[in-house]
Amino acid sequence: MSPGDNPFYTALTLILSMDQGLFAIVILSLKVSLFAVLIASILALPLGAALALWHFPGRNALIVLLNALMGLPPVVAGLCVYLLLSRAGPLGQFGLLFTPTAMVIAQVILVFPIIAALTRQQVEALHSEYAEQLRSLGLNQLRMMPTLLWDARFSLLTVILAGFGRASAEVGAVMIVGGNIDGVTRVMTTSIVLETSKGNLALALGLGIVLLTLVTLINALAHLVSETSKRRLG
Amino acid sequence: MKNAIASIAVGAVGLITSGSLMAADNFITLASTTSTENSGLFDAIIPAFAEETGIAVRVIAVGTGQAFEIARRGDVDSLLVHDTLGEQQFIADGYASERLDVMYNDFIIVGPSNDPAGIAETDSVTDAFARIANSESPFASRGDDSGTHRAELRLWEDAGVIPQGEWYRELGSGMGPTLNTAAGMNAYSFTDRATWVAFQNPQDLTLLFEGDNALFNQYGSLLLSEQQHPHLKHDLASQWHQWLVSEAGQQAIADFTVNDQPLFFPNAKHRE
Repeated sequence: MSPGDNPFYTALTLILSMDQGLFAIVILSLKVSLFAVLIASILALPLGAALALWHFPGRNALIVLLNALMGLPPVVAGLCVYLLLSRAGPLGQFGLLFTPTAMVIAQVILVFPIIAALTRQQVEALHSEYAEQLRSLGLNQLRMMPTLLWDARFSLLTVILAGFGRASAEVGAVMIVGGNIDGVTRVMTTSIVLETSKGNLALALGLGIVLLTLVTLINALAHLVSETSKRRLG
Repeated sequence: MKNAIASIAVGAVGLITSGSLMAADNFITLASTTSTENSGLFDAIIPAFAEETGIAVRVIAVGTGQAFEIARRGDVDSLLVHDTLGEQQFIADGYASERLDVMYNDFIIVGPSNDPAGIAETDSVTDAFARIANSESPFASRGDDSGTHRAELRLWEDAGVIPQGEWYRELGSGMGPTLNTAAGMNAYSFTDRATWVAFQNPQDLTLLFEGDNALFNQYGSLLLSEQQHPHLKHDLASQWHQWLVSEAGQQAIADFTVNDQPLFFPNAKHRE
Protein backbone atom coordinates (compact mmCIF):
# COMPACT_ATOMS: atom_id res chain seq x y z
CA MET A 1 0.00 0.00 0.00
CA SER A 2 1.54 3.28 -1.10
CA PRO A 3 0.94 6.35 1.09
CA GLY A 4 -1.46 7.66 -1.58
CA ASP A 5 -3.75 4.67 -0.98
CA ASN A 6 -4.02 5.30 2.75
CA PRO A 7 -7.14 7.32 3.56
CA PHE A 8 -5.74 8.59 6.87
CA TYR A 9 -2.64 9.82 5.12
CA THR A 10 -4.82 11.40 2.44
CA ALA A 11 -6.99 13.08 5.06
CA LEU A 12 -3.95 14.43 6.86
CA THR A 13 -2.45 15.72 3.61
CA LEU A 14 -5.76 17.36 2.73
CA ILE A 15 -5.93 19.14 6.07
CA LEU A 16 -2.28 20.15 6.16
CA SER A 17 -2.19 21.42 2.59
CA MET A 18 -5.01 23.88 3.42
CA ASP A 19 -6.27 23.26 -0.10
CA GLN A 20 -8.38 26.26 -1.23
CA GLY A 21 -10.97 24.10 -2.95
CA LEU A 22 -11.37 21.88 0.08
CA PHE A 23 -11.58 24.90 2.34
CA ALA A 24 -14.43 26.35 0.30
CA ILE A 25 -16.26 23.01 0.32
CA VAL A 26 -15.90 22.67 4.09
CA ILE A 27 -17.16 26.21 4.69
CA LEU A 28 -20.14 25.68 2.40
CA SER A 29 -21.01 22.38 4.11
CA LEU A 30 -20.95 24.02 7.53
CA LYS A 31 -22.85 27.09 6.35
CA VAL A 32 -25.63 25.08 4.74
CA SER A 33 -26.06 22.63 7.61
CA LEU A 34 -25.78 25.21 10.38
CA PHE A 35 -28.32 27.51 8.73
CA ALA A 36 -30.63 24.58 8.20
CA VAL A 37 -30.36 23.58 11.86
CA LEU A 38 -30.84 27.18 13.01
CA ILE A 39 -33.99 27.66 10.96
CA ALA A 40 -35.33 24.24 11.87
CA SER A 41 -34.70 24.90 15.58
CA ILE A 42 -36.49 28.25 15.51
CA LEU A 43 -39.53 26.52 14.06
CA ALA A 44 -39.37 23.14 15.77
CA LEU A 45 -38.53 23.98 19.39
CA PRO A 46 -41.75 25.97 20.00
CA LEU A 47 -43.79 23.48 18.03
CA GLY A 48 -42.38 20.54 19.98
CA ALA A 49 -43.04 22.28 23.29
CA ALA A 50 -46.57 23.23 22.23
CA LEU A 51 -47.28 19.64 21.28
CA ALA A 52 -46.15 18.57 24.73
CA LEU A 53 -48.33 21.06 26.59
CA TRP A 54 -51.56 21.41 24.64
CA HIS A 55 -54.05 18.65 24.14
CA PHE A 56 -56.22 18.95 21.07
CA PRO A 57 -57.94 16.60 18.65
CA GLY A 58 -55.47 15.08 16.23
CA ARG A 59 -52.54 15.62 18.58
CA ASN A 60 -51.62 11.96 18.67
CA ALA A 61 -51.78 11.71 14.90
CA LEU A 62 -49.47 14.73 14.63
CA ILE A 63 -47.00 13.16 17.07
CA VAL A 64 -46.99 9.90 15.13
CA LEU A 65 -46.51 11.81 11.89
CA LEU A 66 -43.55 13.78 13.26
CA ASN A 67 -41.98 10.61 14.61
CA ALA A 68 -42.43 8.92 11.25
CA LEU A 69 -40.94 11.87 9.38
CA MET A 70 -37.73 11.42 11.37
CA GLY A 71 -37.21 8.52 8.99
CA LEU A 72 -37.90 10.54 5.83
CA PRO A 73 -35.37 9.42 3.22
CA PRO A 74 -33.20 12.43 2.25
CA VAL A 75 -33.62 11.64 -1.42
CA VAL A 76 -37.41 11.93 -1.07
CA ALA A 77 -37.08 15.27 0.71
CA GLY A 78 -34.72 16.36 -2.07
CA LEU A 79 -37.14 15.29 -4.75
CA CYS A 80 -40.02 17.20 -3.12
CA VAL A 81 -37.93 20.35 -2.86
CA TYR A 82 -36.74 19.85 -6.43
CA LEU A 83 -40.30 19.68 -7.75
CA LEU A 84 -41.24 22.70 -5.63
CA LEU A 85 -38.33 24.87 -6.81
CA SER A 86 -38.16 23.64 -10.39
CA ARG A 87 -39.12 26.23 -13.00
CA ALA A 88 -42.21 24.19 -13.71
CA GLY A 89 -43.04 24.03 -9.98
CA PRO A 90 -44.98 26.40 -7.71
CA LEU A 91 -41.90 28.32 -6.47
CA GLY A 92 -40.11 28.18 -9.82
CA GLN A 93 -40.10 31.92 -10.42
CA PHE A 94 -37.50 32.49 -7.68
CA GLY A 95 -34.84 30.55 -9.57
CA LEU A 96 -33.56 28.86 -6.43
CA LEU A 97 -32.84 25.42 -7.82
CA PHE A 98 -29.15 24.47 -7.85
CA THR A 99 -28.26 27.12 -5.25
CA PRO A 100 -27.13 26.76 -1.63
CA THR A 101 -30.51 28.18 -0.58
CA ALA A 102 -32.24 25.16 -2.08
CA MET A 103 -29.93 22.92 -0.08
CA VAL A 104 -30.78 24.75 3.14
CA ILE A 105 -34.51 24.35 2.45
CA ALA A 106 -34.13 20.61 1.83
CA GLN A 107 -32.12 20.13 5.02
CA VAL A 108 -34.62 22.13 7.07
CA ILE A 109 -37.26 19.62 5.99
CA LEU A 110 -35.03 16.76 7.11
CA VAL A 111 -34.00 18.29 10.43
CA PHE A 112 -37.32 19.81 11.48
CA PRO A 113 -39.13 16.55 12.38
CA ILE A 114 -36.18 15.31 14.43
CA ILE A 115 -35.96 18.46 16.54
CA ALA A 116 -39.74 18.82 16.90
CA ALA A 117 -40.38 15.19 17.85
CA LEU A 118 -37.52 14.94 20.33
CA THR A 119 -38.33 18.33 21.87
CA ARG A 120 -41.92 17.20 22.38
CA GLN A 121 -40.69 14.14 24.22
CA GLN A 122 -38.19 16.04 26.40
CA VAL A 123 -40.60 18.80 27.34
CA GLU A 124 -43.38 16.36 28.06
CA ALA A 125 -41.16 14.42 30.46
CA LEU A 126 -40.13 17.60 32.23
CA HIS A 127 -43.70 18.82 32.36
CA SER A 128 -45.03 15.69 34.03
CA GLU A 129 -42.31 16.13 36.64
CA TYR A 130 -43.08 19.77 37.42
CA ALA A 131 -46.73 20.06 36.41
CA GLU A 132 -48.05 20.64 39.91
CA GLN A 133 -45.46 23.24 40.89
CA LEU A 134 -45.98 25.12 37.65
CA ARG A 135 -49.71 25.09 38.10
CA SER A 136 -49.43 26.27 41.71
CA LEU A 137 -47.50 29.26 40.39
CA GLY A 138 -50.53 29.99 38.28
CA LEU A 139 -48.76 29.57 34.97
CA ASN A 140 -50.83 28.76 31.94
CA GLN A 141 -49.41 26.67 29.09
CA LEU A 142 -48.15 29.68 27.14
CA ARG A 143 -46.14 30.87 30.15
CA MET A 144 -44.89 27.36 30.88
CA MET A 145 -43.45 26.97 27.41
CA PRO A 146 -40.36 29.20 27.72
CA THR A 147 -39.75 28.00 31.28
CA LEU A 148 -39.78 24.36 30.31
CA LEU A 149 -37.73 24.93 27.16
CA TRP A 150 -35.12 26.79 29.20
CA ASP A 151 -35.10 24.11 31.87
CA ALA A 152 -34.61 21.41 29.24
CA ARG A 153 -31.88 23.36 27.44
CA PHE A 154 -29.10 20.84 28.03
CA SER A 155 -31.04 17.90 26.69
CA LEU A 156 -32.33 20.11 23.88
CA LEU A 157 -28.75 20.84 22.91
CA THR A 158 -28.32 17.13 22.29
CA VAL A 159 -31.54 17.18 20.29
CA ILE A 160 -30.20 20.00 18.13
CA LEU A 161 -26.92 18.14 17.67
CA ALA A 162 -28.87 15.12 16.47
CA GLY A 163 -30.46 17.41 13.91
CA PHE A 164 -27.08 18.75 12.89
CA GLY A 165 -25.79 15.22 12.51
CA ARG A 166 -28.61 14.42 10.14
CA ALA A 167 -27.97 17.58 8.12
CA SER A 168 -24.22 17.22 7.80
CA ALA A 169 -24.37 13.52 6.98
CA GLU A 170 -27.05 13.44 4.32
CA VAL A 171 -26.21 13.46 0.64
CA GLY A 172 -29.38 12.43 -1.17
CA ALA A 173 -31.20 15.74 -0.81
CA VAL A 174 -28.36 18.18 -1.49
CA MET A 175 -27.27 16.15 -4.50
CA ILE A 176 -30.67 16.57 -6.17
CA VAL A 177 -31.45 20.18 -5.28
CA GLY A 178 -27.87 21.47 -5.35
CA GLY A 179 -26.59 19.57 -8.37
CA ASN A 180 -23.06 19.19 -6.93
CA ILE A 181 -21.81 22.16 -8.99
CA ASP A 182 -18.10 22.73 -8.55
CA GLY A 183 -17.49 25.89 -6.54
CA VAL A 184 -21.18 26.64 -6.08
CA THR A 185 -23.10 23.78 -4.47
CA ARG A 186 -20.46 21.13 -3.92
CA VAL A 187 -20.31 20.11 -0.25
CA MET A 188 -18.39 17.44 1.65
CA THR A 189 -20.88 14.63 1.19
CA THR A 190 -21.43 15.24 -2.53
CA SER A 191 -17.65 15.43 -3.03
CA ILE A 192 -17.34 12.05 -1.35
CA VAL A 193 -19.93 10.58 -3.73
CA LEU A 194 -18.16 12.15 -6.71
CA GLU A 195 -14.71 10.85 -5.74
CA THR A 196 -16.16 7.40 -5.07
CA SER A 197 -17.68 7.37 -8.54
CA LYS A 198 -14.29 8.25 -10.00
CA GLY A 199 -12.80 5.30 -8.14
CA ASN A 200 -10.70 7.64 -5.96
CA LEU A 201 -11.54 5.59 -2.89
CA ALA A 202 -8.67 6.86 -0.75
CA LEU A 203 -9.51 10.49 -1.46
CA ALA A 204 -13.21 9.81 -0.83
CA LEU A 205 -12.48 8.20 2.51
CA GLY A 206 -9.99 10.96 3.31
CA LEU A 207 -12.74 13.53 2.78
CA GLY A 208 -14.98 11.40 5.00
CA ILE A 209 -12.39 11.53 7.77
CA VAL A 210 -12.14 15.31 7.42
CA LEU A 211 -15.94 15.60 7.67
CA LEU A 212 -16.09 13.33 10.70
CA THR A 213 -13.32 15.32 12.39
CA LEU A 214 -15.24 18.55 11.85
CA VAL A 215 -18.48 17.12 13.20
CA THR A 216 -16.58 15.78 16.20
CA LEU A 217 -15.11 19.21 16.87
CA ILE A 218 -18.54 20.83 16.77
CA ASN A 219 -19.94 18.23 19.13
CA ALA A 220 -17.00 18.68 21.48
CA LEU A 221 -17.59 22.42 21.47
CA ALA A 222 -21.26 21.95 22.30
CA HIS A 223 -20.40 19.50 25.06
CA LEU A 224 -17.87 21.90 26.52
CA VAL A 225 -20.35 24.77 26.54
CA SER A 226 -23.02 22.69 28.22
CA GLU A 227 -20.65 21.25 30.83
CA THR A 228 -19.24 24.67 31.68
CA SER A 229 -22.64 26.25 32.16
CA LYS A 230 -23.88 23.28 34.18
CA ARG A 231 -20.94 23.64 36.53
CA ARG A 232 -21.55 27.35 36.84
CA LEU A 233 -25.10 26.62 37.89
CA GLY A 234 -23.70 24.37 40.60
CA MET B 1 -51.16 36.45 -0.10
CA LYS B 2 -49.82 32.93 0.05
CA ASN B 3 -47.35 33.88 -2.63
CA ALA B 4 -46.26 36.97 -0.72
CA ILE B 5 -45.53 34.94 2.40
CA ALA B 6 -43.66 32.41 0.33
CA SER B 7 -41.54 35.09 -1.31
CA ILE B 8 -40.72 36.68 2.04
CA ALA B 9 -39.72 33.32 3.49
CA VAL B 10 -37.72 32.36 0.44
CA GLY B 11 -36.17 35.81 0.28
CA ALA B 12 -35.11 35.63 3.91
CA VAL B 13 -33.43 32.28 3.44
CA GLY B 14 -31.89 33.59 0.24
CA LEU B 15 -30.46 36.63 2.00
CA ILE B 16 -28.84 34.57 4.70
CA THR B 17 -27.19 32.17 2.35
CA SER B 18 -26.33 34.54 -0.47
CA GLY B 19 -23.41 36.92 -0.31
CA SER B 20 -20.15 35.16 -0.83
CA LEU B 21 -21.84 31.97 -1.95
CA MET B 22 -23.40 33.45 -5.04
CA ALA B 23 -20.99 34.59 -7.70
CA ALA B 24 -21.80 37.09 -10.42
CA ASP B 25 -24.93 36.70 -12.49
CA ASN B 26 -22.93 36.03 -15.64
CA PHE B 27 -23.25 32.27 -15.67
CA ILE B 28 -25.22 29.50 -17.26
CA THR B 29 -26.13 26.11 -15.88
CA LEU B 30 -25.39 23.13 -18.07
CA ALA B 31 -26.85 19.67 -17.65
CA SER B 32 -24.39 17.10 -18.90
CA THR B 33 -23.30 13.54 -18.43
CA THR B 34 -21.16 12.04 -15.71
CA SER B 35 -18.60 10.89 -18.31
CA THR B 36 -17.73 14.46 -19.33
CA GLU B 37 -17.56 15.69 -15.74
CA ASN B 38 -15.80 12.70 -14.13
CA SER B 39 -13.10 12.51 -16.78
CA GLY B 40 -12.15 16.13 -16.07
CA LEU B 41 -13.09 17.49 -19.52
CA PHE B 42 -15.07 20.42 -18.17
CA ASP B 43 -12.30 21.46 -15.79
CA ALA B 44 -10.08 21.62 -18.86
CA ILE B 45 -12.30 23.48 -21.33
CA ILE B 46 -14.61 25.73 -19.29
CA PRO B 47 -11.83 28.07 -18.09
CA ALA B 48 -10.93 28.79 -21.74
CA PHE B 49 -14.55 29.64 -22.52
CA ALA B 50 -14.88 31.77 -19.39
CA GLU B 51 -11.75 33.69 -20.26
CA GLU B 52 -12.95 34.40 -23.77
CA THR B 53 -16.50 35.42 -22.93
CA GLY B 54 -16.63 36.17 -19.20
CA ILE B 55 -19.38 33.58 -18.81
CA ALA B 56 -19.06 30.92 -16.11
CA VAL B 57 -20.56 27.49 -16.74
CA ARG B 58 -22.07 25.58 -13.84
CA VAL B 59 -22.16 21.89 -14.61
CA ILE B 60 -24.77 19.51 -13.28
CA ALA B 61 -23.52 16.04 -14.11
CA VAL B 62 -26.26 13.43 -14.30
CA GLY B 63 -27.30 10.56 -16.55
CA THR B 64 -28.60 11.53 -19.99
CA GLY B 65 -32.18 10.56 -19.08
CA GLN B 66 -32.14 12.84 -16.04
CA ALA B 67 -30.40 15.59 -18.03
CA PHE B 68 -33.25 15.56 -20.56
CA GLU B 69 -35.79 15.71 -17.74
CA ILE B 70 -34.06 18.65 -16.03
CA ALA B 71 -33.91 20.52 -19.34
CA ARG B 72 -37.53 19.65 -20.15
CA ARG B 73 -38.58 21.36 -16.93
CA GLY B 74 -36.57 24.46 -17.77
CA ASP B 75 -34.10 24.11 -14.90
CA VAL B 76 -30.91 24.48 -16.93
CA ASP B 77 -29.84 26.82 -19.71
CA SER B 78 -27.99 24.32 -21.85
CA LEU B 79 -27.62 20.62 -22.57
CA LEU B 80 -24.63 18.51 -23.67
CA VAL B 81 -25.40 14.80 -23.87
CA HIS B 82 -24.68 11.67 -25.91
CA ASP B 83 -27.84 10.08 -27.20
CA THR B 84 -28.35 11.30 -30.76
CA LEU B 85 -31.72 9.57 -31.20
CA GLY B 86 -32.97 10.96 -27.89
CA GLU B 87 -31.65 14.40 -28.81
CA GLN B 88 -33.51 14.37 -32.12
CA GLN B 89 -36.67 13.32 -30.28
CA PHE B 90 -36.11 16.18 -27.82
CA ILE B 91 -36.10 18.63 -30.73
CA ALA B 92 -39.12 16.95 -32.30
CA ASP B 93 -40.94 17.38 -28.97
CA GLY B 94 -40.26 21.10 -29.18
CA TYR B 95 -37.95 21.42 -26.16
CA ALA B 96 -34.86 22.37 -28.16
CA SER B 97 -34.39 24.31 -31.34
CA GLU B 98 -31.01 23.15 -32.58
CA ARG B 99 -28.55 20.31 -32.12
CA LEU B 100 -24.88 20.33 -33.12
CA ASP B 101 -22.33 17.53 -33.16
CA VAL B 102 -19.52 18.51 -30.79
CA MET B 103 -17.21 15.55 -30.27
CA TYR B 104 -17.13 11.79 -30.01
CA ASN B 105 -15.39 9.05 -28.16
CA ASP B 106 -16.15 5.37 -28.06
CA PHE B 107 -17.65 2.74 -25.87
CA ILE B 108 -15.61 -0.24 -24.74
CA ILE B 109 -16.24 -3.47 -22.86
CA VAL B 110 -14.20 -4.10 -19.74
CA GLY B 111 -14.12 -7.33 -17.79
CA PRO B 112 -12.12 -9.76 -15.67
CA SER B 113 -8.57 -10.14 -17.00
CA ASN B 114 -9.01 -13.92 -17.54
CA ASP B 115 -11.95 -13.12 -19.88
CA PRO B 116 -14.18 -16.17 -19.16
CA ALA B 117 -16.50 -15.36 -22.08
CA GLY B 118 -13.62 -14.95 -24.52
CA ILE B 119 -14.75 -11.61 -25.93
CA ALA B 120 -11.21 -10.48 -26.70
CA GLU B 121 -11.10 -13.10 -29.48
CA THR B 122 -13.88 -11.55 -31.55
CA ASP B 123 -14.03 -8.44 -33.73
CA SER B 124 -17.74 -7.81 -33.56
CA VAL B 125 -19.39 -6.20 -30.58
CA THR B 126 -22.65 -8.11 -31.13
CA ASP B 127 -20.67 -11.34 -31.03
CA ALA B 128 -18.94 -10.18 -27.84
CA PHE B 129 -22.32 -9.49 -26.24
CA ALA B 130 -23.64 -12.87 -27.42
CA ARG B 131 -20.61 -14.62 -25.90
CA ILE B 132 -21.17 -12.94 -22.55
CA ALA B 133 -24.83 -13.99 -22.61
CA ASN B 134 -24.10 -17.55 -23.72
CA SER B 135 -21.48 -18.12 -21.04
CA GLU B 136 -23.75 -16.37 -18.53
CA SER B 137 -20.78 -14.40 -17.25
CA PRO B 138 -21.74 -11.71 -14.75
CA PHE B 139 -22.44 -8.40 -16.46
CA ALA B 140 -22.96 -5.11 -14.62
CA SER B 141 -25.33 -2.78 -16.47
CA ARG B 142 -25.99 0.88 -15.70
CA GLY B 143 -29.74 0.32 -15.74
CA ASP B 144 -30.34 4.06 -15.30
CA ASP B 145 -31.67 5.20 -18.69
CA SER B 146 -28.43 7.06 -19.37
CA GLY B 147 -26.94 7.49 -22.83
CA THR B 148 -24.54 4.63 -22.15
CA HIS B 149 -27.35 2.40 -20.91
CA ARG B 150 -29.45 3.17 -23.97
CA ALA B 151 -26.49 2.32 -26.25
CA GLU B 152 -25.93 -0.93 -24.34
CA LEU B 153 -29.57 -1.95 -24.71
CA ARG B 154 -29.46 -1.32 -28.47
CA LEU B 155 -26.42 -3.61 -28.72
CA TRP B 156 -28.15 -6.44 -26.81
CA GLU B 157 -30.99 -6.11 -29.25
CA ASP B 158 -28.59 -6.25 -32.21
CA ALA B 159 -27.01 -9.33 -30.68
CA GLY B 160 -30.42 -10.97 -30.47
CA VAL B 161 -30.18 -11.39 -26.73
CA ILE B 162 -32.78 -10.47 -24.15
CA PRO B 163 -30.53 -9.67 -21.23
CA GLN B 164 -32.02 -11.24 -18.16
CA GLY B 165 -31.13 -13.82 -15.57
CA GLU B 166 -28.83 -14.23 -12.63
CA TRP B 167 -25.79 -13.08 -14.62
CA TYR B 168 -27.27 -9.75 -15.79
CA ARG B 169 -27.24 -7.17 -13.03
CA GLU B 170 -28.97 -3.85 -13.50
CA LEU B 171 -27.46 -1.46 -11.00
CA GLY B 172 -29.38 1.76 -11.56
CA SER B 173 -26.21 3.78 -10.98
CA GLY B 174 -23.89 6.16 -12.72
CA MET B 175 -20.88 4.95 -14.71
CA GLY B 176 -18.40 5.30 -11.85
CA PRO B 177 -20.47 3.41 -9.26
CA THR B 178 -21.20 0.75 -11.90
CA LEU B 179 -17.47 0.29 -12.53
CA ASN B 180 -16.85 0.11 -8.78
CA THR B 181 -19.47 -2.61 -8.51
CA ALA B 182 -18.23 -4.46 -11.59
CA ALA B 183 -14.72 -4.41 -10.13
CA GLY B 184 -16.10 -5.72 -6.84
CA MET B 185 -17.89 -8.69 -8.40
CA ASN B 186 -15.43 -9.16 -11.27
CA ALA B 187 -18.11 -8.67 -13.89
CA TYR B 188 -18.11 -7.45 -17.47
CA SER B 189 -19.34 -3.91 -18.03
CA PHE B 190 -20.06 -1.56 -20.90
CA THR B 191 -18.53 1.88 -20.46
CA ASP B 192 -17.45 4.97 -22.32
CA ARG B 193 -13.69 5.18 -22.73
CA ALA B 194 -13.34 8.54 -20.98
CA THR B 195 -14.75 7.34 -17.66
CA TRP B 196 -12.68 4.15 -17.88
CA VAL B 197 -9.35 5.90 -18.52
CA ALA B 198 -9.95 8.32 -15.67
CA PHE B 199 -11.21 5.55 -13.33
CA GLN B 200 -8.91 4.78 -10.40
CA ASN B 201 -10.27 1.56 -8.91
CA PRO B 202 -10.16 -1.09 -11.69
CA GLN B 203 -8.90 -3.94 -9.49
CA ASP B 204 -8.89 -7.01 -11.79
CA LEU B 205 -10.89 -5.36 -14.59
CA THR B 206 -9.20 -4.69 -17.87
CA LEU B 207 -10.15 -3.37 -21.31
CA LEU B 208 -11.18 -6.42 -23.36
CA PHE B 209 -13.06 -5.15 -26.38
CA GLU B 210 -12.78 -2.01 -28.49
CA GLY B 211 -12.74 -0.74 -32.05
CA ASP B 212 -16.06 -1.85 -33.56
CA ASN B 213 -17.74 0.98 -35.49
CA ALA B 214 -20.96 0.26 -33.63
CA LEU B 215 -19.25 1.58 -30.49
CA PHE B 216 -19.09 5.15 -31.78
CA ASN B 217 -20.32 7.56 -29.11
CA GLN B 218 -21.39 10.97 -30.36
CA TYR B 219 -21.86 13.96 -28.07
CA GLY B 220 -24.18 16.78 -29.08
CA SER B 221 -24.97 20.24 -27.76
CA LEU B 222 -28.57 21.40 -27.72
CA LEU B 223 -29.94 24.90 -27.86
CA LEU B 224 -33.05 24.91 -25.69
CA SER B 225 -36.34 26.28 -26.94
CA GLU B 226 -37.05 29.96 -26.28
CA GLN B 227 -40.77 29.37 -26.74
CA GLN B 228 -40.92 26.65 -24.10
CA HIS B 229 -38.77 28.41 -21.53
CA PRO B 230 -38.47 32.16 -22.18
CA HIS B 231 -36.88 32.74 -18.74
CA LEU B 232 -33.65 30.87 -19.56
CA LYS B 233 -30.41 32.65 -20.42
CA HIS B 234 -30.67 31.86 -24.10
CA ASP B 235 -28.21 34.51 -25.17
CA LEU B 236 -25.39 33.24 -22.93
CA ALA B 237 -26.28 29.60 -23.63
CA SER B 238 -26.10 30.27 -27.35
CA GLN B 239 -22.58 31.68 -26.95
CA TRP B 240 -21.53 28.45 -25.21
CA HIS B 241 -23.25 26.33 -27.86
CA GLN B 242 -21.44 28.20 -30.65
CA TRP B 243 -18.12 28.20 -28.82
CA LEU B 244 -18.14 24.40 -28.47
CA VAL B 245 -18.19 24.01 -32.25
CA SER B 246 -15.88 26.98 -32.92
CA GLU B 247 -12.22 26.49 -33.66
CA ALA B 248 -11.25 27.56 -30.14
CA GLY B 249 -13.72 25.18 -28.53
CA GLN B 250 -12.79 22.26 -30.74
CA GLN B 251 -9.10 22.87 -30.06
CA ALA B 252 -9.71 22.96 -26.30
CA ILE B 253 -11.47 19.58 -26.52
CA ALA B 254 -8.63 18.12 -28.61
CA ASP B 255 -6.03 19.42 -26.14
CA PHE B 256 -7.61 17.63 -23.18
CA THR B 257 -5.77 14.44 -22.27
CA VAL B 258 -5.56 12.06 -19.32
CA ASN B 259 -2.28 10.14 -19.02
CA ASP B 260 -1.32 11.62 -22.42
CA GLN B 261 -4.35 9.97 -23.95
CA PRO B 262 -6.97 12.14 -25.65
CA LEU B 263 -10.43 11.16 -24.43
CA PHE B 264 -12.72 13.16 -26.69
CA PHE B 265 -12.31 13.84 -30.39
CA PRO B 266 -13.82 17.06 -31.74
CA ASN B 267 -15.95 16.51 -34.84
CA ALA B 268 -18.17 19.55 -35.26
CA LYS B 269 -19.43 20.01 -38.78
CA HIS B 270 -19.66 23.70 -39.37
CA ARG B 271 -23.42 24.13 -39.26
CA GLU B 272 -25.76 21.25 -39.88
